[in-house]
Amino acid sequence: MPGLGTSFGRGGATTFQQDLQNSDCIVIMGSNMAENHPVGFQWVMEARERGAKVIHVDPRFTRTSAMATKHVGIRAGSDIAFLGGIANYILEHDLYFREYVAKYTNAPVIIDERFVDTEDADGLFSGWDPEAGRYDIESWRYEGMEVHGAAGQRGEGFEPRGEQSGHGAAGGGLHHGEPPVEDPELEHPRCVLQILKRHYRRYTPEFVAETCGCSVEDFVEVCQTLVENSGRERTSAFCYAVGWTQHTTGVQTIRSAAIVQQLLGNIGRPGGGIMALRGHASIQGSTDIPTLFNILPGYLPMPHTLSYSKLENFIDANTSPTGWWGNFEAYWVSLMKAYFGEHATVENDWLFDLLPRIDSDNSAYFTVQQMLAGNVKGYIIAGENPAVGHANGKAHRLGLAKLDWLVVRDIVEIESASFWYDSPEIESGELETEAIATEVFFLPAATHTEKDGSFTNTQRLLQWHWQAVEPKEDCRSELWFYFHLGRLIKQKLEDSEEERDTLIKALRWEYPTHSQIQEPAAEAVLQEVNGWEIESGKFLSGYPELKDDGSTLCGCWIYSGCFTDGVNQTARKKPHWEQESYVAPEWAWAWPANRRIIYNRASADPDGNPWSERKRYVWWDGDEGKWTGLDVPDFKEDKEPGYVPPEGSGAEDAIAGDHPFIMQADGRAWLYVAQGLEDGPLPTHYEPHESPFDNPLYSQRANPRRQQNKDLAEDPYNPVADEPGSEIYPYVVTTYRLTEHHTAGGMTRTVPYLAELQPEMFCEVHPDLAREVGLEHGGWATIYTSRSAIEARVLVTDRIRPLRMNGREVHQVGLPYHWGGRGLVTGDSANDLAHMALDPNVHIQEVKAFTCGIRPGRRPRGPELPRFVAELRDQAHSRREQDPRIEPEEARKT
Amino acid sequence: MSAPDGLVTYGDEQQERVGFFTDTSVCIGCKACEVACKEWNLIPEDGLSWTGNSYDNTGELSANTWRHVAFVEQEKPLLTNGNGETGLRWLMESDVCKHCTHAACLDVCPTGSLFRTEFGTVVVQQDICNGCGYCVPACPFGVLDKRHLAPAPDLPAFAKEDGRVWKCTLCYDRLKGGHEPACAKACPTKSIQFGPLDELRERADARLAKLDAEGWNGAQLYGRDPDDGVGGFGAFFLLLDEPEVYGLPPDPVVTTRDLPEMWTNMLAAAGALVVGVAAAFVGSRS
Amino acid sequence: MALAKLLDSWPALRQLREGDPLGLGKAVQSPRSKKLVPRIDEADHVVESVCPYCAVGCGQLVYVKDGDVTHIEGDPASPISRGRLCPKGQASKSLVQSPLREYKVKYRRPYGTRWEELSLDEAMEMIAERVIRTRAETWRKRTDGGAPANRTMAIGNLGGATLDNEENYLIKKLMTGLGIVQVENQARI
Repeated sequence: MPGLGTSFGRGGATTFQQDLQNSDCIVIMGSNMAENHPVGFQWVMEARERGAKVIHVDPRFTRTSAMATKHVGIRAGSDIAFLGGIANYILEHDLYFREYVAKYTNAPVIIDERFVDTEDADGLFSGWDPEAGRYDIESWRYEGMEVHGAAGQRGEGFEPRGEQSGHGAAGGGLHHGEPPVEDPELEHPRCVLQILKRHYRRYTPEFVAETCGCSVEDFVEVCQTLVENSGRERTSAFCYAVGWTQHTTGVQTIRSAAIVQQLLGNIGRPGGGIMALRGHASIQGSTDIPTLFNILPGYLPMPHTLSYSKLENFIDANTSPTGWWGNFEAYWVSLMKAYFGEHATVENDWLFDLLPRIDSDNSAYFTVQQMLAGNVKGYIIAGENPAVGHANGKAHRLGLAKLDWLVVRDIVEIESASFWYDSPEIESGELETEAIATEVFFLPAATHTEKDGSFTNTQRLLQWHWQAVEPKEDCRSELWFYFHLGRLIKQKLEDSEEERDTLIKALRWEYPTHSQIQEPAAEAVLQEVNGWEIESGKFLSGYPELKDDGSTLCGCWIYSGCFTDGVNQTARKKPHWEQESYVAPEWAWAWPANRRIIYNRASADPDGNPWSERKRYVWWDGDEGKWTGLDVPDFKEDKEPGYVPPEGSGAEDAIAGDHPFIMQADGRAWLYVAQGLEDGPLPTHYEPHESPFDNPLYSQRANPRRQQNKDLAEDPYNPVADEPGSEIYPYVVTTYRLTEHHTAGGMTRTVPYLAELQPEMFCEVHPDLAREVGLEHGGWATIYTSRSAIEARVLVTDRIRPLRMNGREVHQVGLPYHWGGRGLVTGDSANDLAHMALDPNVHIQEVKAFTCGIRPGRRPRGPELPRFVAELRDQAHSRREQDPRIEPEEARKT
Repeated sequence: MSAPDGLVTYGDEQQERVGFFTDTSVCIGCKACEVACKEWNLIPEDGLSWTGNSYDNTGELSANTWRHVAFVEQEKPLLTNGNGETGLRWLMESDVCKHCTHAACLDVCPTGSLFRTEFGTVVVQQDICNGCGYCVPACPFGVLDKRHLAPAPDLPAFAKEDGRVWKCTLCYDRLKGGHEPACAKACPTKSIQFGPLDELRERADARLAKLDAEGWNGAQLYGRDPDDGVGGFGAFFLLLDEPEVYGLPPDPVVTTRDLPEMWTNMLAAAGALVVGVAAAFVGSRS
Repeated sequence: MALAKLLDSWPALRQLREGDPLGLGKAVQSPRSKKLVPRIDEADHVVESVCPYCAVGCGQLVYVKDGDVTHIEGDPASPISRGRLCPKGQASKSLVQSPLREYKVKYRRPYGTRWEELSLDEAMEMIAERVIRTRAETWRKRTDGGAPANRTMAIGNLGGATLDNEENYLIKKLMTGLGIVQVENQARI
């Protein structure tokens, strides 16, 4: 997640769940932890029992709120205003942890004089190109430094963004460990701290109350509680989940929390940190070892069509002269050796010229548009259900119907496999079975009990699970499917002379198999991920051993060490009661280097002593001459606190002894992100893409850089703010999960004991809204947007509060998104209502805040349904056309 | 007064009486207990109907639901010291068979199917129960219930039609193997605690004292008192409001309270017969 | 003796003999109750596993008898979960034995109105052929602008967050080797 990556250097949770027990205050925001991570929530309860404050900031009063010592209700999509308000409170009252901020963050760094803040340009940062709809980030840089890669070579140059910057990227192009111009007194008007102060000056408690719909008192109480529970003696933690990420401003929301936690000095310390709570067993793993278009294992970038035409440029552009990204070439070459073995040589540039190239967005939402346009012929889905789980489900189902062939692998027949005979579009007549050309293969998958393998959990911990039983009949693991698919393809192309087949022929694809079904050995794959020295075959013990000369092989550099000494470290299961501390380092294996709290050098003061006895974790042992403590130090073990990098030093050696953020080029946490983000160096409040309000700060209403699909007929948008037509969609809708179900429901609607606990799709509304539109508790409601309409049972509850802001009352409608047309329990899919406007950094959809209308009764059936949706949409859009309002980013183009 | 009926019959085999302390002040309403119970005891699914009653789609304890999480939405602050801006609270409570010290179900069971185990718990023995249903109205909590289930040929556990009475066994089989009951083991926040009853009572007293000191609104123990109408529960609760709010009877009384008196009368009338049979028994042994 | 045994099992006598005149306790303990053994103690083996639902990463113990999973519960040794599971994790056995689980390959031909049977081997052959054919037909060495591309934009792969690291590793490796760049998973969703 680039929000964390650009701020701290690594795109993972900074801490681990058990450490929450040490927090003095836990702010849960953008997460419903008690419901969605109930077992992890035990550690929040432990903290509460020890007297910690637990604050839940959320549009809804959930099972998490019920357990919190304080719940503050806010409008969905107003998180940056709330967090910015906290930052302002801290800065205005000089309550930041001065020593931490001055030494461990980039607060003292002076920024280029050409930088213009959103506060001075009506919601845009400097560098906005209205034609291209994106930023030129040149003016955001540190003063006195050139952006890496000369200006004339920008096309070839370095501009890591998106997931790649989810891992610290190359650290802002610093050529030396220290930024050249700083003000240690933090007073220079262009130093980061002063810029931050000005940026947030208008985020007063009153502004927060107006924008978020909470009270001034509640907001101030949150600020005070946080401040009182931070500092040398106390620490506070933040927990977030997709309530923050699923917005057109998702990354910047996490950045906001990163800024607050830096100001309070809470990163790298016990009881502190930012706990990213991920929703799938290996969602962290699937970005570390990505099944994502734009990165390769370990956040190495995919080569791009617009740049990196030569290996030399590619290596140069991605190598930071300082910090651990200084060894980029070693990571890259070792990966190429893992992929292509002896075929990758220094002479052929490790086959760089043959690697596929990406465009700036080839994400899932790009692909569905390509499907709709008829450009995608074949699609393989393994353990995902876009027909229910993706925003604007209808667009996805229509897209699937345009494929030539589709492979669906799952343990049950999910809606994405059955769309051709039982989707809502078949019912409505928009699709006709006999007219769908798609050839569909459904292949039954194996479950976690039927295969060996590792998941990487929400705290970067790789945990091995052993196979318990053989999969039955045709059921197979994905390991089996992809291995044998690759084997068959390679076999068939063995004699090909085509240039395009050179790479696949060169692919190393030898894995031992076992059992009757020829299951590949998962441990053999993990060994490749860990890496070894090619000549001796000796397993590597970590990424510092990687070489750039082709003598080592490693499938994912940040996972190197998971098979140290030939032992599967991820399978370590030493019971916690046999371990010395709660950190339990001998349970499984965490990346990087088995560190559980990362940046833990920051748990000690600049001299290497714990900030306080109460919060000791990792410290400098002067007698032994090394860092020590409860965890593996996230620092070069013998680097003294007073170490000053000698002139001319590079990579890790250029990081000073009192700079804990070793992935960053300057070794510091970044309050201000000069490079790595698409939509600005600082978070700014924008309204959601669809919102009933204008931006109280600027005429720039929503994130100018958000990705929209204005020309896509399948993704129409509701009129917003005060636009005529917006009154048809006057309510804020937010979608979410329930404890009893999992995501799109394929793993829970199919399980009797779970299906019975939440058997029907429902909507949650306040009694006032129910009265306003005539909804009856227990009856039915139809909820509609420009995209579609769904029906749901009505749950009238005080837990969804109406909020007052800007003198207006706004109602919110809550929708769980677990249902679809198949399973033991069925229902309409909330995602059918959502649009596909995306966050520009990570291409995540905004399903946590958009607008809708609601009326009593069941939705129209059959062909009446699309007609109903179209009539309302046409009505809304025609009203808008009579009084056109142009979005500011559009207006600026003309 | 607090020794459960029937426990002394085990002599050397008697175990320390165990039970549940369900502390609702930490219950997150996740229903892990409901599922854990069903998974372990192979209980059939209990209907797929949505109730609209907050997040409770289980409804009540029944033959096919041995743990039931109640959800109560209230306009009432959690703490009496004025904390909480909305004054809204959402109470959750995992209900279960109380395993009464004086259990009426046990008294009325004519077949000896319902019995007191060596752990002091009350269990229906499925190889004995004939489905007469006498116990059903005897329970002051409405826990006992007959299973009406068409045979499900696909599921070996439910292959036969069933009319027997089913309820929480406090995982009798697991206790025999030295394992804690499934619900208590699963509970993510240890709202459900399992252990020797005496120990649980001490723990509950301390917990209540802590919550009182912190100003929790309405905190009270329910079923902890050995002098109550059923001699105390083997599975008792810490509630945050009156029992009625959770759908629990405020002052449960063993429905067979007057039974000993009735027995005395009956025994007097049948005295001769009993003596005769006993004599025959002694004779056959010698 | 036979008579004695018979009498011995007569509940009323047992009640008297065992000091349980009301038949509340030991005297009425049934044969099944006497012999009761928890099925986890009868498992052939126990496997250490990890919950497949969310990313908390709870430890699970999978009990197996005669080649089938007989029970799944929390692994107390895990420092994260300490033996606890949420309703989903606790339902894992019902997940792996869901009544809706599919065990056979299903095939729908273009314009077809029903699923057809297909052997796994045949399906694999057909899928491999389709990947090769589509890729060959849509291969782009360069973009329209002349930049290197080395790819097909006509094939995509979706899914990964529920899969093992090793599986994701093979997916990305294979797709990169094939020039398929549209590889995505739930991390976006």
